[in-house]
Amino acid sequence: MAGPAKDTKITQEQVALTPAEMAKDLLVTFLLALAILGPLVGLRTTSGSGTLILEYRPLWAFGMVAAVVAVRLLSLLYGMGKMAAQGRAAPQTAALATAKAKTAIDWGKFLAPTLLVLAVALPFIAMLFPQMERRIVDLGILVLTYVMLGWGLNVVVGLAGLLDLGYVAFYAVGAYSYGLLATRYFPAWFGEGILPWAFFVTLPIAGILAALWGMILGFPVLRLRGDYLAIVTLAFGEIIRIVLINWMDFTGGPNGVSGIPRPSFFGLPFDDSPGGFAATFGLSPKPIQRIVFLYYVILVLALITNYVTMKLRKLPIGRAWEALREDEIACRSLGINTTNTKLTAFAIGAMFAGFAGSFFATRQGFISPESFNFLESATILAIVVLGGLGSQIGVVAAAVVIVGFFEVFREMNFLKAILPEGFDPVQLRMLAVGLAMVLIMRWKPRGLVTSRDPTVYLKEKKAVSADLVGEGHG
Amino acid sequence: MEYFLQQLINGITLGSIYGLIAIGYTMVYGIIGMINFAHGDVFMVGGFVSVIALIMFGITGGGGVFITLLALILVVLIAMIIAAAFNWTIERLAYRPLRGSFRLAPLISAIGMSIVLQEFVRVAQGGRPKPLQPIVTGGMEIMKRTSENGEFVVRLSNMQIIIVITTLILMAIFTAIITRTSLGRAQRACEQDMKMASLLGIDVDKTISITFIIGAALAAVAGLMFFLYYGVTDFYVGFLAGIKAFTAAVLGGIGSLPGAMLGGIIIGLIETFWSAYFTVEYKDVAAFAMLAAVLIFMPQGILGRPEVEKV
Repeated sequence: MAGPAKDTKITQEQVALTPAEMAKDLLVTFLLALAILGPLVGLRTTSGSGTLILEYRPLWAFGMVAAVVAVRLLSLLYGMGKMAAQGRAAPQTAALATAKAKTAIDWGKFLAPTLLVLAVALPFIAMLFPQMERRIVDLGILVLTYVMLGWGLNVVVGLAGLLDLGYVAFYAVGAYSYGLLATRYFPAWFGEGILPWAFFVTLPIAGILAALWGMILGFPVLRLRGDYLAIVTLAFGEIIRIVLINWMDFTGGPNGVSGIPRPSFFGLPFDDSPGGFAATFGLSPKPIQRIVFLYYVILVLALITNYVTMKLRKLPIGRAWEALREDEIACRSLGINTTNTKLTAFAIGAMFAGFAGSFFATRQGFISPESFNFLESATILAIVVLGGLGSQIGVVAAAVVIVGFFEVFREMNFLKAILPEGFDPVQLRMLAVGLAMVLIMRWKPRGLVTSRDPTVYLKEKKAVSADLVGEGHG
Repeated sequence: MEYFLQQLINGITLGSIYGLIAIGYTMVYGIIGMINFAHGDVFMVGGFVSVIALIMFGITGGGGVFITLLALILVVLIAMIIAAAFNWTIERLAYRPLRGSFRLAPLISAIGMSIVLQEFVRVAQGGRPKPLQPIVTGGMEIMKRTSENGEFVVRLSNMQIIIVITTLILMAIFTAIITRTSLGRAQRACEQDMKMASLLGIDVDKTISITFIIGAALAAVAGLMFFLYYGVTDFYVGFLAGIKAFTAAVLGGIGSLPGAMLGGIIIGLIETFWSAYFTVEYKDVAAFAMLAAVLIFMPQGILGRPEVEKV
């Protein structure tokens, strides 16, 4: 609305910022930082002698306030320099953007196959580092799980433009489907013999159940758009979690489901028995073999997700999704059935979450409602947003960044030295995810990977840089 | 009957708190058409600042009624100022640069901000609930019935009286601001047509900032009262209270101030009666289902205007 006009006004103001104005700005910043950080950081409530007492931490509060003021000062000085430079460079921007888009696609052509080869080879690369092997493959599994969830959510948010804040509910449906079927129902129905095969038998069932739930939850919200839809999906996600916690007889309540069978190599268990995987292939049994197998399972699942999504984008339904994202009214006037379009987006997104959920259950061997809270949904959404809504390769990049980020916080021992006693840097990780969501929306609303391949093109394929795409619609 | 009356009192008390939070949602939605997802967390921050101030001043409720009341007013003023600083900064950092960006951008940014506030408070203050002895105690018995099962007493506590009266006073002040002052006029003008308002010389940015400040101040009052009523708070209370207050805002008709209060009281009553007569575990499910039902079947709410879609 008033966006661009306002920006130029700010530019002029900032160029003409006098020292007095700057001092005033800094004073306001100081007072705000003091109000925001002072009480909550400087005065910590701790429980002592039966009641709450305050622990004073003035150094912390003032240090952080000083840091905020310093950052503001730097950004003011830097901002003035940048604004002046931008004024001169403005005419070239459009040409530059086209050039940038061109290089981006050339680069992108090699990126995906390289990443794929890297992903396939990862367990073998990990073998070169024997003491870290397990950890590397575990991390790979974690990244791929998030990549798969991100790709699944990308169908709903990135392609169809429906902001789904309850995505983790379908992940939970998948996990509980496998967990409950494999621990309780399969042994009763088919006997113990089915257990080595349980994962492969349940996987499609879990996907179908999750897709069904996607339709059930999607149906009532068809008429809602934008932020109303987001809030209702959030509510549905919470309802499923509350039901999982409270329906003791069926889900086990807060205790969750434990003793979920581990997957076998198509019927051959990973143990040292004569009929096991190692014995059959003449290898010495090692625990890492199962982890590597899990890694390949999730890799295949993620690749299927990607393949199906890419194919669907080229089919009428995929085109309808993207049309729906850009303009729902135009879509309806062109005769696209928005009901079916939205429901398939929900169902397919949910199905992939269901697959991922089954995998999660078999990998952990234990599931509880705690794993499926709103923060998990928000993390997956952050991955999709960070990667650029609708970009497949962007999701991979974002999943690596976010999971890598979590790990970095775990490893930062130097931070432990400067932080107060007993404070774990891991605690900061969700804070960082939240900040990342805000910052990405501010500076790069189209995400890390901004260029998007058009699905339909005339004669020649041109990448559309986000800089050239009007940001009127989402 | 007595049981019903008691639940009615509890429900109205809870509903008043939701109503105060809902005003912040409804005003912001009315003007810039976005859900301030972080509003529930501003309410939580208001509660936390109140707890800190209460401990700092050593208010235990042991002194006289007058002293306690004066101290509480001081505490609530501090909480209001700090919550306002939070909300003002949030608007400046996370929402204002996104005006005119694509549709989902402000909402995603708001979700990010909500996580930031929750995690900031969790890291700075610890994740455990913060209990404090009740400060406002006492009350009166309205009705008493003795039966073979023992006696049932309908109680109206002083805290409940304070909550309802404070809400009424705030609503009166607030209605006066909106209907009688030039600030209120500017706000209503922005709500109707932001571009036109700015052409007629209204500082739209300033009006929006003030809207956020007022919303935060009301949420801070709600934060203190919520804490005093339940005697405990933690970093996560804003999430649930925020969703319920948003439900209230939608139920009453988004953009409508009396609607927000009405919606708040209805949600408070539904939650209380559900816990009293059905299952307490599923009271949040009742609130969430209510939200979905309202949005699906009557998105314009009770007192709202039907949304006209322009192509």
